[in-house]
Amino acid sequence: MSGSIDLTTIWAFIIAFAVFAYVVMDGFDLGIGILFPAVTVGHGRNRAMNAIAPVWDGNETWLVLGGGGLMAAFPLAYAVILPATYPLIIAMLLGLVFRGVAFEFRWRDEAHRPFWDLAFFGGSLVAAMSQGMILGALLQGIEVADRAYSGSWWDWLTPYTLLTGLGTVAAYALLGACWLIWKLSGDVQENAYRLATRAAVATLVLMAAVSAYNLVLLDQYRHRWLELPNILFASQVPLLTAIVAATLFWALKRRRELAPFLLALALFLLGMAGLGVTIWPNVVPPAISIWEAAAPHRSQVFMLVGVAITLPLIIGYTGWAYWVFRGKVGTEGYH
Amino acid sequence: MASLLDPLLLARVQFAFTVSFHFIFPSFSIGLASFLMVLEGLWLKTGKSIYLDLFRFWLKIFAVAFAMGVVSGIVMSYQFGTNWAVFSDKAGPVIGPLMAYEVLTAFFLEAGFLGVMLFGMNKVGKGLHFAATCMVALGTFISAFWILSVNSWMQTPTGYEIAANGQFLPGPSWWAIVFNSSFPYRLIHTVLAAYLTTAFAVGGAGAWHLLKDPANAHARKMFSMAMWMAALVTPMQILAGDQHGLNTLEHQPAKVMAMEGHFQSHPDGAPLVLFGIPDSEAQTMHYSVEIPKASSLILKHDLDAPLAGLDSVAPEDRPPVGPVFWAFRLMVGIGTAMLGVGLWSLVARWRGKLYDWRLLHRAALLMSPAGFVAVIAGWVTTEVGRQPWTIYGLLRTADSASPLGAPAVGASLLAFVVVYFAVFGIGVWYLLRLMAHTPHSGETGVAGQETGPVRTSGIVPGTAPRLEREP
Repeated sequence: MSGSIDLTTIWAFIIAFAVFAYVVMDGFDLGIGILFPAVTVGHGRNRAMNAIAPVWDGNETWLVLGGGGLMAAFPLAYAVILPATYPLIIAMLLGLVFRGVAFEFRWRDEAHRPFWDLAFFGGSLVAAMSQGMILGALLQGIEVADRAYSGSWWDWLTPYTLLTGLGTVAAYALLGACWLIWKLSGDVQENAYRLATRAAVATLVLMAAVSAYNLVLLDQYRHRWLELPNILFASQVPLLTAIVAATLFWALKRRRELAPFLLALALFLLGMAGLGVTIWPNVVPPAISIWEAAAPHRSQVFMLVGVAITLPLIIGYTGWAYWVFRGKVGTEGYH
Repeated sequence: MASLLDPLLLARVQFAFTVSFHFIFPSFSIGLASFLMVLEGLWLKTGKSIYLDLFRFWLKIFAVAFAMGVVSGIVMSYQFGTNWAVFSDKAGPVIGPLMAYEVLTAFFLEAGFLGVMLFGMNKVGKGLHFAATCMVALGTFISAFWILSVNSWMQTPTGYEIAANGQFLPGPSWWAIVFNSSFPYRLIHTVLAAYLTTAFAVGGAGAWHLLKDPANAHARKMFSMAMWMAALVTPMQILAGDQHGLNTLEHQPAKVMAMEGHFQSHPDGAPLVLFGIPDSEAQTMHYSVEIPKASSLILKHDLDAPLAGLDSVAPEDRPPVGPVFWAFRLMVGIGTAMLGVGLWSLVARWRGKLYDWRLLHRAALLMSPAGFVAVIAGWVTTEVGRQPWTIYGLLRTADSASPLGAPAVGASLLAFVVVYFAVFGIGVWYLLRLMAHTPHSGETGVAGQETGPVRTSGIVPGTAPRLEREP
C-alpha cells in the first residue's frame, strides 16, 4: 500500500507538470490571441501569427494530456470537476475551436481575414477566461455527494471565479507579449514592450487580489498560509514573486529581449507553487484528496512506464521543433 | 421515455454529433498522412518533381483538415467527463491509461513534427523533413491504435476486475485489456476504411481535374494512384469487414441480429434480408425481400445452420433495429460500389483508357465523398448496435451519464451544432476550394503563399511568391 501512496504523489506531480506545461506554452499562444486587436493589421499580425504557427498544436496537446491524464490517474476528480464546471468547459472548447481553425483559415481566405482574426481573438479570450474561472471554481471548493457533483448549475459563477478568470487573461497576455518581444523586431516588438508592461501591472494586481481572497475563501487555506510554522515557508512565495516582478519591470525598461519571457515564466512557476501550497493534498477542495481520487495501483504503474519512456522523448523532439524555428520571425539571416 | 427533454437522450445525441463530426477529419487525415509520406518518398527516390508538386498540393489540404481534426478531437477528450461522468469514474482506471498512451505516443508525435512537416522543408533539409512526415503518418496510425483499443474494450471487455465501489479495475495483464477480442478486427477494418476514404477523395479530385483537362499530368498521376488503391484495398476491406462481422456474431450476437433484421429465430437456416422496413414495435420486418438461407451461409458457412433472432434477447437488452439495419446496408452498398469503381479502373487501365474514359471520371467524382458516408454509417452500425450498453453487458448507457439537467445538456448541444456547422462547414468549403485549384508544376508549399505563414528565415511577407524551395 505504501508503494501506491508514493505513486499517487508522483502522479499528482506529473499532472501538475502537464498543466503547468500547458499553461505556459499555450499561455503565450492564447496571450497573443488576446492581444491581437492591439497588434498592427498586416505585417504585425502576420508575423505574430507566424511566431506561433509551427508550435501551437504541440502546445495545445498538453491540455489533452492534462485532461486525459486526469481521467486516467484521478478518475474521480475528472468525473467531479467536469460536471461542476460544465458551462466553462464547453465555452473553453468552443473558444479553442475558433482559435485553432483561425490559424489555417485566415491564410486560406484573404477576403475574410478580419473575421478570422476576430475569431482568433475571441476564441483565445473565451478559452483563457474559462480556464481561469475553472481554476477559481476548483479553488473555491466543489460540493460532492456519493462520488458525484452535487452543487448547483451556477456554482462556478462568483466574484472569485471572475477574478481568477481575469487574472488568467492578464497573465496569458503578459506571456504572449513577452514571446512577441523575443520573436519579433522593429515596431511590432516596440508595441509588444508597451503591451507587456501593461499586462504585467494587471497580472500582479490580480495575482495579489486572488491571493488575498484565498485567505478568506476557506478556513483550511488561511491555516495553511498564516499559521506558524507554515507561514515561515509559505511566505517565501510572495516574497520571491515581488523580486521577480521588480526584475521583470527592469528588464522591460532596459528593452531586454529574452529576459522578460523567462521572468514571466518564473511568475507562473511561483503562481503554480502558491497554488500547490494552497490546495495540497486535495485534488478537489475541500474534501477529496489525491489518494481518494487516485486510480488503482496497476493503472498508475502501467502509465508511469509510458510516461518514463515517452516524456523525455516528447520533450526532446518538441525542443527540436522549437530549435528548428528559432530566431526572429521575418528578419533576414538570423540562423 | 425518449422525450426531447430527456438529459440522457440529449447527452447521447451530443456525443453522437461531436464524435461523428470529429471522425470525418481523422478518417481523412490518417489516409492523407500516409499518402503524403508515399509522395515525398517517391520524390526523394525518383527525383521527379511531379511528386513534390502533388505533395505540396495535398499538404495544404492536409493542414486544414488536420487543424479541424485537432480542435474537434480536444472536444472528445472532455466529452467523457462533461456528459458521461459516471462512466468516466467507473471505467477511468481501465480506459484512462489507454487514452493517456494515445496522447503520449500519438498526439505529441503528430503535433511535434507537424510544424516541421508544414513549414520546415527549407530549414531542416529533405531527409529530416521526410522523417518528420513519416512521424506524423506514424502518429496518426498510433492514435487509431489506442482509441480503437478503447472502443473495442467497451464493446468486448476483457481483463478487468470489478471493485466494491463499482469501478472497473485493470486485471493483472494489460495485454488482455489492450488486445481484447474485437480489437484486431476493428483496427484493420477502420484503418483500411480511412485509406479508402482518402483514396476516393483523392480520386475524385483527380477525376474533376481530368474532366476539365485530360492532359493534366498531375491530375493523371493522382487519379492513377487513387484508383490503384481503390482496386487493391477494396477487396481487402470487404474481407476484413466480413471477418469483423463474424467476430461480432461471436461476441455481440444482438448487434448482428439488428444488422440482419432478424427479429425471429431461424432454427433451420436464416434468410438474408436484402431490403425491408424494420418495425421494432411489432418485432417484424415489413415488405422484406429475402434470399432464403443466405444469412446462415454467410455467417455460419452452412445453409441450414440455426441463427437466433432478437426474440431470444430480453427486451431491455435489445438494440434499436432501424438505424443499425439501414446504416449497415448503406455501408455495404457503398463498399460494393467502391469495388465496382476499382474493377472498372482496372479494365480502363488494361484498355489504355484510364485518363480518357469520361464516364469513369464522372463515377469517381460521384464517389468522392463515399468513404466519409461509409465511415459514418459503419460507426452508426457498431455504436447503435451495441446499445443499450456503454460497456457491453456490464454498464448500461442509462447508468453512465453525468447528473446534469436537460437545459445544460441541451444548451451545450445547441452550441456545438451551431458552431460545428458554421466553422467546419466553412472549413470543408476551404478544403473543396483547395482541391478545385488546378494542380500544376512548381506547386507552392503551405508557406509558399504570397502572404502565407512566413517562417523565421529570410523573406518579408509580400516580397516573395515562393518560400519553400528544395535546399
